[in-house]
Amino acid sequence: MTPELGQFALILALCLAVIQSTLPLIGTYTGERHWMSLGSTAAWGQFTFLSIGLCCLIYAFLDNDFSVAYVASNSNTLLPTMYKISAVWGAHEGSLLLWVFMQGAWGVAVAAFSGKLPETVRARVLSVMGMVGVGFLLFMLLTSNPFERLYPAPLEGRDLNPLLQDPGLAIHPPMLYMGYVGFSVAFSFALAALLGGKLDAAWARWSRPWTTVAWVCLTIGITLGSWWAYNELGWGGWWFWDPVENASFIPWLVGTALVHSLAVTEKRGAFKSWTVLLAITAFSMSLLGTFLVRSGVLTSVHAFATDPGRGIFILTFLCIVIGGSLIIYAWRAPTVTGGGRFDFVSRETLLLANNVLLVIVAALILLGTLFPLIYDAFELGKISVGFPWFNKMFISFMPLLILVMGIGPNTRWKRQDPAELARRLRLAFIVSVTLGVVFALPLLPGASPLAGLGIGLAAWLVTTLTTSVVDRLRHKRGLAAIWRDVTVQGRSYYGMVLAHLGMASAVVGVTLVSLHGVEKDVRMSPGESLEMAGYTFVLEGVEKHQGPNYRADRGKVRILRDDEEIALLMPEKRTYTVQTKPMTEAAIDIRPTRDLYVSLGEPVGGGDWSVRVYYKPFVRWIWFGGILMALGGLLAVSDRRYRLSVRSRRTIDATVTPAAQEASG
Amino acid sequence: MKRPLMLIPAIVFAVMAVLLAVGLNLNPREVPSPLVGKPVPEFELARLKDPQATLGSADLSGRVSLLNVWATWCVSCRAEHKLLMALAKTGEVDIYGLNYKDERDAAMRWLQVYGDPYVANAFDGDGRVGIDWGVYGTPETFVIDSQGVIRHKVIGPLSAEIVKERILPLVRQLNSRS
Repeated sequence: MTPELGQFALILALCLAVIQSTLPLIGTYTGERHWMSLGSTAAWGQFTFLSIGLCCLIYAFLDNDFSVAYVASNSNTLLPTMYKISAVWGAHEGSLLLWVFMQGAWGVAVAAFSGKLPETVRARVLSVMGMVGVGFLLFMLLTSNPFERLYPAPLEGRDLNPLLQDPGLAIHPPMLYMGYVGFSVAFSFALAALLGGKLDAAWARWSRPWTTVAWVCLTIGITLGSWWAYNELGWGGWWFWDPVENASFIPWLVGTALVHSLAVTEKRGAFKSWTVLLAITAFSMSLLGTFLVRSGVLTSVHAFATDPGRGIFILTFLCIVIGGSLIIYAWRAPTVTGGGRFDFVSRETLLLANNVLLVIVAALILLGTLFPLIYDAFELGKISVGFPWFNKMFISFMPLLILVMGIGPNTRWKRQDPAELARRLRLAFIVSVTLGVVFALPLLPGASPLAGLGIGLAAWLVTTLTTSVVDRLRHKRGLAAIWRDVTVQGRSYYGMVLAHLGMASAVVGVTLVSLHGVEKDVRMSPGESLEMAGYTFVLEGVEKHQGPNYRADRGKVRILRDDEEIALLMPEKRTYTVQTKPMTEAAIDIRPTRDLYVSLGEPVGGGDWSVRVYYKPFVRWIWFGGILMALGGLLAVSDRRYRLSVRSRRTIDATVTPAAQEASG
Repeated sequence: MKRPLMLIPAIVFAVMAVLLAVGLNLNPREVPSPLVGKPVPEFELARLKDPQATLGSADLSGRVSLLNVWATWCVSCRAEHKLLMALAKTGEVDIYGLNYKDERDAAMRWLQVYGDPYVANAFDGDGRVGIDWGVYGTPETFVIDSQGVIRHKVIGPLSAEIVKERILPLVRQLNSRS
């Protein structure tokens, strides 16, 4: 009964989405206010029914209702309750439901928090969001229905893919989807603005908080994904340039560009049509990512269920959404008038450089992801673009980006005296070059030119940010004024500082773990020991262990440093009873400056095991950087100017001193 | 002057959409085997049912035949087993088996329970011969012509379509040529 209820709720949600996508939009042209206001009502209704649908599926999982095909193939009576819930989005159909649910949630959020928007704008935004909702609901109901029944119902389910039985993965997809879907808000705002012909600073200010929140979710999602891969795949890698990872990274890069370009459009009125194009692209890339993951055109270690029928549907959907919006763009954007003028040396130019670099990197990653497909399509053979290509490309562009990142916050809008800028950044430059050289010259153990580059760049970020903060606070008198600036006035500025510091942290992590990580893959018999990076690893033994839905061989590895025990790690090799897949459960000893990572390979006979031991210096800094970026974004969103209505904003502008205005943003 | 520039994104997307549409019809999992067109790798292994006798590369020439790599621990092998039985019954082609990284008792029991479509099986317990054949997952099926040259390779379980559309036509074509 419940599954039918869920199915019915989804159909009703679809009907409401159709209403949401048509009537309010028509209303904006006929001037019918009742029609326009239907947008919010329909958004609430759609969300309500989507919630009912999601609850029904969750209930089916908790209830072990194996007559539902999706539950039967992704759950099991022995599956722990937490994973029964996360199994809801463990495979294609359910994750699609989660996606649509979040789309509905963003719609409701827009309906609830946009009371200050002009009615026509709100109606158009909700309409566009409704259209996206219609597409996904149709996709789900026509090709991937999560409530499909199975007859006869099996007595036991096939269990959740053991790879996905990890706490990180319980929250990773929801965050990622929140990000993907969140970009649909910026997309809808952009299309609404194009349709209405009003691309102005107000439009940029409305879009900014939504875009930033979506970007924060995506940042957290990617960070969690990387952390999950590190913990669960057992190879000690934190990023694989896998198509599925790229599918989340490309929208992130474009989204990052969008966040910056929106700042220019809001503050200076410049880059308008470019910002609109970025807003369209960011969401298009999210959709394209879905297509690549779901249609089976590319193979990946994450390989979701693939099905060409679904592929054709998504491709059609992509053509309508992306193609349609780009045609509207080509039609309406030429009428957009240019914004404020700016000199060559100005913050605008630097943000433009930032945008260009981010988009180039995103385009190159997209190209690398699609390259095997291009090759195959032109019958040139099968190839795979691997690590070296992506890494080389990344290493060639990231330094430029970071260079610009350091200068930008220290530059004035509109016009900047180059000599003054050079004077201001002199100290930062000297400090970071010195640090870079120290790490590049073979004075320290493990120094190398690349290490010097990485450390130098991170130092450049930290020192230039410090310069900027010191500069800002120099005008403040007394601690109270500083405190007020940090906590109240300058949230979006300090959000930027935090996010950029996150980047510095990630750069340090990536540099050191890539250059100084040590990996050993050895055969060990119980009692044997291994020396690595100054640590002694002793394999004490391997014993059997019984988990709730798996059997495991659990190794005991004692780690000593200078004959003193520092950790006892228990890596496991699990075999899940239902899917009989062997899974590696690595054990990690964590310190701020290094991880010691041990995973069990295969038994190699005579009681010996192949054991993988990794020394990962500063690997945590990568994820810490991701967290800092997300926190920075949240801080920026909490800036009070987003909560003020347009009118009161004007009065405040008039009272703010030009210097303070200069520094904010 | 500005308008054509604004059309660029739409054009870029159109090109990409065509590419993706083409991509949908390709199968990324289909990896061509370097062995296709080459003589079968040299090997000589004990037979499964009769360990005293051997099965080797010499046995695979003279008639068009299939070599099916299988194991009792492989679930997809079980899925394709019925098809192999049906194919064997038609008598159109000899099916040889390479029992890969398996246990002899388990394999014998399997053939007793599910039926034996094979003319003979080579027992490759440690998988050494499988390496020469480039086996990277069971099941795999090779089509071998009467000269002992590999003509085709199917990775993954056979399906009714694969047998009907790829294997049987190829077998008939090879038969008519010799």
